[in-house]
Amino acid sequence: MSTVDLGLPSLPGGLQGVPAATEPQNRKEYVSDQEVRWCPGCGDYAVLAAFQGFLPELGIKRENVAMVSGIGCSSRFPYYLSTYGMHSIHGRAPAIATGLAVARPDLSVWVVTGDGDALSIGGNHLIHTLRRNVNLKILLFNNRIYGLTKGQYSPTSEPGKVTKSTPMGSVDNPFNPVSLALGAEATFVARTVDSDRKHLTSVLRAAAEHRGTSFVEIYQNCPIFNDNAFDAFKNPETRDDAIIPLVHGEPIRFGIDGHLGVVRDGFASLAVREVADLPNGEADLVVHDAHTEDPAYAFALSRLTDAGVLHRAPVGIFRSVERPAYDDLVRQQVETAQQTQGTGGGLQSLLTGTDTWTVN
Amino acid sequence: MNRTVTIEVKQLDRVVIRFAGDSGDGMQLTGDRFTAETASFGNDLSTLPNFPAEIRAPAGTLPGVSSFQLHFADHDILTPGDAPDVLIAMNPAALKANLADVPRGATLIVDTADFTARNLKRIGYDENPLETGELDSYHLVPLNLTGMTVESVKEFGLTRKDASRAKNMYALGLVSWLFQRPVESTILFLETKFASKPAIRDANIAAFRAGYNFGETAEEFSVRYEVKPARMATGTYRNISGNLALAYGLVAGAQRAGLPLVLGAYPITPASDVLHELSKLKRFNVTTIQAEDEIAGVGAALGAAFGGALGVTTSSGPGISLKSETIGLGVMLELPLVVCDIQRAGPSTGMPTKTEQADLLQVMFGRNGEAPLPVIAAQSPADCFAIAVEAARIAVTYRTPVMVLSDGYLANGSEPWQIPVIEDLPTVDPNFTVEPNATNDKGEPVYLPYLRDPETLARAWAIPGTAGLDHRIGGLEKEDKTGNISYDPANHDLMIRTRQAKVDGITVPPLEVDDPDGTAKVLVLGWGSTYGPIGAACRRVRKVGGKIAQAHLRHLNPFPANLGDVLKSYDKVLVPEMNLGQLAMLLRAKYLVDVVSYAQVRGMPLGAAELAGVIGNLVEETEGIDDDARHLGADAAAVTHGEALKIEPNGHLHHPEGAR
Repeated sequence: MSTVDLGLPSLPGGLQGVPAATEPQNRKEYVSDQEVRWCPGCGDYAVLAAFQGFLPELGIKRENVAMVSGIGCSSRFPYYLSTYGMHSIHGRAPAIATGLAVARPDLSVWVVTGDGDALSIGGNHLIHTLRRNVNLKILLFNNRIYGLTKGQYSPTSEPGKVTKSTPMGSVDNPFNPVSLALGAEATFVARTVDSDRKHLTSVLRAAAEHRGTSFVEIYQNCPIFNDNAFDAFKNPETRDDAIIPLVHGEPIRFGIDGHLGVVRDGFASLAVREVADLPNGEADLVVHDAHTEDPAYAFALSRLTDAGVLHRAPVGIFRSVERPAYDDLVRQQVETAQQTQGTGGGLQSLLTGTDTWTVN
Repeated sequence: MNRTVTIEVKQLDRVVIRFAGDSGDGMQLTGDRFTAETASFGNDLSTLPNFPAEIRAPAGTLPGVSSFQLHFADHDILTPGDAPDVLIAMNPAALKANLADVPRGATLIVDTADFTARNLKRIGYDENPLETGELDSYHLVPLNLTGMTVESVKEFGLTRKDASRAKNMYALGLVSWLFQRPVESTILFLETKFASKPAIRDANIAAFRAGYNFGETAEEFSVRYEVKPARMATGTYRNISGNLALAYGLVAGAQRAGLPLVLGAYPITPASDVLHELSKLKRFNVTTIQAEDEIAGVGAALGAAFGGALGVTTSSGPGISLKSETIGLGVMLELPLVVCDIQRAGPSTGMPTKTEQADLLQVMFGRNGEAPLPVIAAQSPADCFAIAVEAARIAVTYRTPVMVLSDGYLANGSEPWQIPVIEDLPTVDPNFTVEPNATNDKGEPVYLPYLRDPETLARAWAIPGTAGLDHRIGGLEKEDKTGNISYDPANHDLMIRTRQAKVDGITVPPLEVDDPDGTAKVLVLGWGSTYGPIGAACRRVRKVGGKIAQAHLRHLNPFPANLGDVLKSYDKVLVPEMNLGQLAMLLRAKYLVDVVSYAQVRGMPLGAAELAGVIGNLVEETEGIDDDARHLGADAAAVTHGEALKIEPNGHLHHPEGAR
């Protein structure tokens, strides 16, 4: 058996096939005429502003951007962008976006979802989209709470969370969204924070350029029902020790004056240590390689995230590897069938088949 | 070949034959081949496969029995027949499981090889029924088919087990001889199917020929039967099953609309074959997505529709339940989407391989809110093609999800199909909006996604990639014209009524009534796969002098505009259904007509004879004839079309009495 030539581009890019803009664009062009209706202080505003500012950078035609969302506060996102958009139903955006991406290679397709939408009611679609590696970009706004339904615990809420539906505290073990995505062997997995526009934008850019499913978890504050859930990452006094920065090719070192670092620890695990305590100092630190094929490395990184109240978590691109995108493969089969079998006059002969008789 | 008895040829006008065996015995294949031979000979035909949901239930048990029934005739027929004239039973379980359906006087060809004490005991026979005399009222032809098969293929060096697997081809050869079927296509089929396994190929062909030659040379049979080709309308025909016809119709519908077809589907009995067939048709710009679940299947189809494709999803009742919310979104988004429900016996998992038409109310109303959508139903296997083309027309023209109803009986059954000419099929223009369709209060050109065509009320459909027409749509209530989110009470009322008016206004052909001399007082009205049994029942009633009108609905939402008038022009309307009266409920609610419901929910098609009895009785009741004096129903139930069949080992043809 010879290997199958899939005919894929040798330099896959998430935007390949999307027509380029003929003129430079600005942020205002991407702002729709709809009044934004999130609560004052919601982290969604910062993400929206960053996103509207970032889209012109892509240099693609505005009408070739399609936003698909589910249900939840974050899923209002498409209404506020002057692109094509669909505000769909709870949890189903990845499935709907899969159909759109398969049908339209000329679109840059984005899914906007939340922790309830993507990880609870829509968990199945999320993992299957990730394993298929459909060329679409998933932005998961994780506020660790149900906001639109007014404050029930979510699948990312910390154990013991007291909410309207858990007056004695939640007994659910939460998902770590990055671990889940890596478990599904997602090819691009990143985490960023709503308030760090520069980091957020850089992650969005990398996500857009990746061919296949890009999964971006965005820590997003809900000031009404779960305020300060990510305070450790925002408070100038704590954030240096809280954020484990992942920079491809750099040793993973952080904390005030870089006193902390990530080292290998036992079987396929990583741990945070005082750099000063390491025998060889910085030379003992793990140098981040987002292109590591084995997802176990990125998974080990994801386990450095606190499971309960968040005091520390890695932020950045955990994994970025190449694998053929599902929609490309699906279209390739259609093209191959058309080229090798032809369609000229074919439908009539299909209907006729090979076994006919004639009545005169 | 030497024979001492001359072979006599008897003319028959129709025959019902049933092949039955273990689900591993290849009965469906045998039936398919006999059907292909019969189709190529030019008989009209109708088939009924019947198999267990288990892929391989334990061999030799009653739950493991699989069967295939074929009705073929020299005239136009409508059903696979109520009862077989000939049963081929490959083991004791097949005999026991099917005997109740076989009328006395019919022929039983039985493979005796497995009639051992142990096998018999396993299925509850204390003694061998072939020897006790309990089958004396049948025409029993016991043959060691397995033994003769093994003997006929011994030169190929197969194990006894492998050799005996060719017994279905031996049986097929025998009945092919008995009914004078052309055999070339089966030999060609076996050569192709087993091309990579020469020993198996040669054994199957040898067994098939040996079975045929056994009929020719052995003196078991001295009569052969001939069913002349049917006189059918001029044209070119092929045999086609409902699911295949549906798949072809979907492709034709998409092509006539100039749209790519994107199918999102999850495997489910009895709909999976539509997924299988469409996945072979990529060259016609067909994309198939085997989704992670039913919801994702319809979601992918709807996403593709948003992108400008004809979105299609195929499933059965349980899957439709899961898709309901997304279909509701399709109603709100007003995008073309074809949803095919190949119904099966429910509720819940029900009986997956058995047929039913109890999803009508689910597809009509099974969504939250006022979510109307068109519903159409195929009436025969070949009609699945036309109904799929019609679904694409309605979906694209009116920008709406369309529900297509088929069922297990249509899906797996087959019949001759006059092959349509593609150019004669209607074309549909998707009529995409490509430039602004209105001006705002500042006089600037704008695109209003919910601006409607005044005739059809279809909304303006612009697809992503169209410059200047970007817009956002979703499941939240829309403002009229702009499509912006709106909670305005008056707007909601307007939009609810507009969506309803759009569906109500879909162009539907008028209902045609078959009322030969226009004097019938009773109308039989059906929908879906009951078309065949109802038509056959009406023929029986007419044959014995009853006056009866028949009409069949292919459009269930909206109903044909003349339906109310039709209903009111008859004294009585009988509505036979394979549910507890779902269409009857709709008719009563909409037209205030007290229709008579005839409901049978047995997982099997309605029986023509039984239904004929009900119709005949109702006709006489309507005519004021007393109970005691009524005979039309009994007469109609007892009608046999022409000669019935009886195969005598000694060459005599009998006419069995009584009902079949």
